Amino acid sequence: MDSPGDKWVGQSLPRFEDAALLTGRGRYFDDCGAPPGTLHAAILRSPHGHALIEAIDTAAARALPGVAAVLTGEDIRTSTTSLVVGVKAPMECWPIAVERVRYVGEPVVLVVATDRYVAEDALDLIEVRYTPLPAVTDPVVALTPEAPVLHDGLKGNLASERRFRYGDPEAAFASAAHRIAIDVTYPRSACTPIECYGVLADYDPGEDSYDVFANFQGPFSIHAVIARALRVPGNRLRLRTPPDSGGSFGVKQGVFPYIVLMAAAARACGRPVKWVEDRLEHLAASSVATNRVTRLEAAVTADGIITALDWDQLEDCGAHLRAPEPATLYRMHGNMTGAYAVRNVAIRNRVVLTNKAPTGLNRGFGGPQVYFALERLVQRIALTLGLDPLDVIRRNLVPTSAMPYRTASGALLDSGDYATAMETALREGRHDELLRRRDAARAEGRPYGIGYTAVVEPSVSNMGYITAVLTPAERKRAGPKNGAQATATIQCDAVGSVSVHVASVPQGQGHRTVLAQVVADELGLRPQDIRVVTDIDTAKDAWSIASGNYASRFAPAVAGVARIAAQQLRTRLQRIAAPLLNVPPDDVVLAHGKLHARGNADNALPFARVASSPHWAPGTLPAEDSAPLRETAWWTPPELTAPTEADEVNSSLCHGFIFDFCGVEVDRVTGQVRVDRYVTMHDCGTVLHPGMVAGQVTGGFAHALGAALYEAHSYAPDGSFQTGTFADYLVPTVMEVPAPLILHHESPSPFTPLGAKGVGEGNCMSTPVCIANAVADALGLHDVSLPLLPATLARHLHGAEPGAPAVAPPQGERTLRGEGEARVAAPREKVWAMLLDPEALMAIIPGAHAIQRTSPTAYRAEVTLGIGPVKGRYRVTLSLADLDEPSALTLSGSAAGALGFGQGRGQVTLREADGSTVIAYHYEAAVGGKVASIAGRLLDGATRVIIGQFFAALARQAAPRQPWWQRLLHRLGLHA
Amino acid sequence: MPRLSAAQRHTIRFTLNGQPVQGEAEPRLLLTDFLRHVLGATGTHVGCEHGVCGACTVQIDGSPARACLTLAVQVEGSDIRTVEALAPAPGRLSILQEAFRRHHALQCGFCTAGILMSLDAFLRAQPDADEAALRDLLSGHLCRCTGYAPIIAAALDAAARLRETAHA
Repeated sequence: MDSPGDKWVGQSLPRFEDAALLTGRGRYFDDCGAPPGTLHAAILRSPHGHALIEAIDTAAARALPGVAAVLTGEDIRTSTTSLVVGVKAPMECWPIAVERVRYVGEPVVLVVATDRYVAEDALDLIEVRYTPLPAVTDPVVALTPEAPVLHDGLKGNLASERRFRYGDPEAAFASAAHRIAIDVTYPRSACTPIECYGVLADYDPGEDSYDVFANFQGPFSIHAVIARALRVPGNRLRLRTPPDSGGSFGVKQGVFPYIVLMAAAARACGRPVKWVEDRLEHLAASSVATNRVTRLEAAVTADGIITALDWDQLEDCGAHLRAPEPATLYRMHGNMTGAYAVRNVAIRNRVVLTNKAPTGLNRGFGGPQVYFALERLVQRIALTLGLDPLDVIRRNLVPTSAMPYRTASGALLDSGDYATAMETALREGRHDELLRRRDAARAEGRPYGIGYTAVVEPSVSNMGYITAVLTPAERKRAGPKNGAQATATIQCDAVGSVSVHVASVPQGQGHRTVLAQVVADELGLRPQDIRVVTDIDTAKDAWSIASGNYASRFAPAVAGVARIAAQQLRTRLQRIAAPLLNVPPDDVVLAHGKLHARGNADNALPFARVASSPHWAPGTLPAEDSAPLRETAWWTPPELTAPTEADEVNSSLCHGFIFDFCGVEVDRVTGQVRVDRYVTMHDCGTVLHPGMVAGQVTGGFAHALGAALYEAHSYAPDGSFQTGTFADYLVPTVMEVPAPLILHHESPSPFTPLGAKGVGEGNCMSTPVCIANAVADALGLHDVSLPLLPATLARHLHGAEPGAPAVAPPQGERTLRGEGEARVAAPREKVWAMLLDPEALMAIIPGAHAIQRTSPTAYRAEVTLGIGPVKGRYRVTLSLADLDEPSALTLSGSAAGALGFGQGRGQVTLREADGSTVIAYHYEAAVGGKVASIAGRLLDGATRVIIGQFFAALARQAAPRQPWWQRLLHRLGLHA
Repeated sequence: MPRLSAAQRHTIRFTLNGQPVQGEAEPRLLLTDFLRHVLGATGTHVGCEHGVCGACTVQIDGSPARACLTLAVQVEGSDIRTVEALAPAPGRLSILQEAFRRHHALQCGFCTAGILMSLDAFLRAQPDADEAALRDLLSGHLCRCTGYAPIIAAALDAAARLRETAHA
């Protein structure tokens, strides 16, 4: 790292971040300690998808030694204000349930104690009485009149509806040679950073101010949301972030409701309160991408040119519309025509609420949902018209000559040569050879398919795009919103060394290294000479609402403004040095740690001497340069204007281009998809650090592969959450992720200081649909939904297996059914009497501690049951009905405990057979709560085992005890 | 095996990265919490607390193990190594660590400590491991940033360099 070639930017330097991270010296949230006396919080969460909270008994929890406070929704409501909701609708959004729970995992009670273990002990002592309500998890069903309503103020579950019209879509459809439509659903998934959320909050009653340390990632528009919820002005909410982050991918934006909760708890306790989220909490209730139902129709000419698009999007934001939602639906608003030149567009956008976790930022943010519909449609057009899908793409791409290109819905595509990038990818990715590979595989009877995608990857969001959810009149009343402020500060200290601060809050991408490269180039220094700080302290640092790490804004916006700040600093250094070197300022060159006269490197001053001079000798400098060198630059692109009266929205500043193609093979027996080859061509403008760009593409590709093949947040129809561990929510491992071939075609953005565009999110937009198109091609599928699980594809390959149990869909029934028989060597009357005898039942109910008869046909019991790794205590009620002594009865029961709840009914018949009794039973049981989230895959088997144990014990107790030698013979399988 | 009272704190002594350490803990305290919050060795990270993600992997008596599935009292008298032990000296990196830096095999770095501890033990036991064996080992770790390709490259590179060093 000694002599720069011509520039540091563009080189793959080793990262300055890595030495600390590789030696265990990173400073992530939970590594940073807490003040003495800090209390620790744990959260009791809803086991129900939808229920009224009738009563909360916290007395036992409060009495536990070490517990400082137990706070319910009512307590939090008295000290805070509802989180602001982004649409004009009569509903509130609390960070903890108030009166009603609306999704599994919603916070219900907050316990604060001397340590986390004690706080979790206290959770087990809290009794919440719920009245379950019908739940709705399907966005289409949620709109029906019969559906349960989540927010009473809304009347139904529709939170927002807007229609948009650009060009003349009606005329285009009326005159179209073909109308080709597609219906798709996009599932919920999330990028699940390995580090979960963490918050440390303190409150100073003397100043009525909060000091919060949290692994929040931005955008800092949310600072205003938090401050409002805490009823303080922004200057009384100091928000700081740790230097390192264990990943985010957008998800750590969603920590903010917990910031409000912990801040309120700190105020209630008078001490700092810390909370670290666990993995079950994260999967169930942190933040997840929206699921969406889309119908997309195209007007198409005979040769495959799309003349109009008609979008109907139904966005499912879960149980609450949490800021900045419904932004996922509007982030792509300018890009609804993707990489294609389509002038006529109609859009209907609806936002619906369901009994699922609230949604938020997640890598790709709106792109995966849009492109899944658009690029599946392009394949459908090719199939319908008998065209090569590549020709349909080629004929519709925005032409290079049209750049910068204003899309129908208002985006300004900044630069690109889509056609050349695509043809280069086909050539360098050996597309011809891939076609031959497909032919060869098919000739051998192996299902092999090829998929294609062309997408535009937006970056640097316009802070005004979300206002497109409002009508032009509503926007006018609220005042225009637009722009994307970025800021950087560079200063020289008393020995002339250079420090840089930006409010970029990196989540592992390596911002510090790239910023050192950018600033080194401008100041003629080496990157290792420059120290960069990227975490934020809102009380001391320059920041604005757009600050933070999202919308792929680092390379185009933050690195760009750092260059501007460095240039301002350089101009001042040139002015200071010019009289000392006896040359005009413009002839002062900064290189190799010196300032020298242009053309005469010997007429030079050390950088440090010039840079430190305002500290030591301000009196020798002109007044305008006598202040120490500290430059704060601000930058917001003028192209990011507010939405127009006609709802045209330039939703993002930069637009990268991606063309992907891939070959996949589907295992004919198992339905497993193997990605054989993946080629991804990117135009992300100027590449600042090739190694990091490759890392962003490869990492985004892995997320997308997971979304395409494995990952889905799964809910049962009653709202039970079923994917609460990494054994249920399957994240790709090294065995599943192939290395993609990454290609570049650089078209620098004319709108950014360094020509860079965002690059980190694109594959999350392009890859899921590319793989889906390839699988559709392999199997000749008309409809494809993600994730492409082997079980789903096996049905396509083999049809439903006759006689075999139906393959459980990802959103499977939670109801368990079973039947069986047990033979008891005792007369019916004796068995009957046992079923009605509490003492006898106690001996045969697995894990029963105490059983009481509450009526002649009802019992109450305490039962300890283990299901898989989860052992818990449940309060059980049992009742007997339809008594037909001694031959039949119906047994109904319910169980509730800290780990969840269940209920079931069983029909039991007793029949005489050769002096013994045959007990036949069949049952239906339903289980929910935490146990369904973390041990769902074990429930069926465990239920069978437990019920089997019950009847085996019944048989054992009822039968007269055999002599030892008979028992031995029996165990040996020898029957006398 | 000694019987421990759940209600009491017990003194636990073991060797951490070559140094004797001791601290007090209830029997239910996880080794992750003991390392991080009692001893202040925060290099070991907690990712899932159910044994799937591998971020918390440490070496117990030379073998990789999930610290989140281990109680602190279980390691009484053991020899524990964590990521803090890997660098040969302050300001220097081991061959394995250096390979990770060279190949950009980490981004956020949160899963990295566990991966390094697994690889460190594995490459000592099987210096000739090929890519298939390394993939098999690494399949016990989740990384959400890198897409794994650079981790495989770094592991192969480190294995080759370690073999060279051993033969030199």
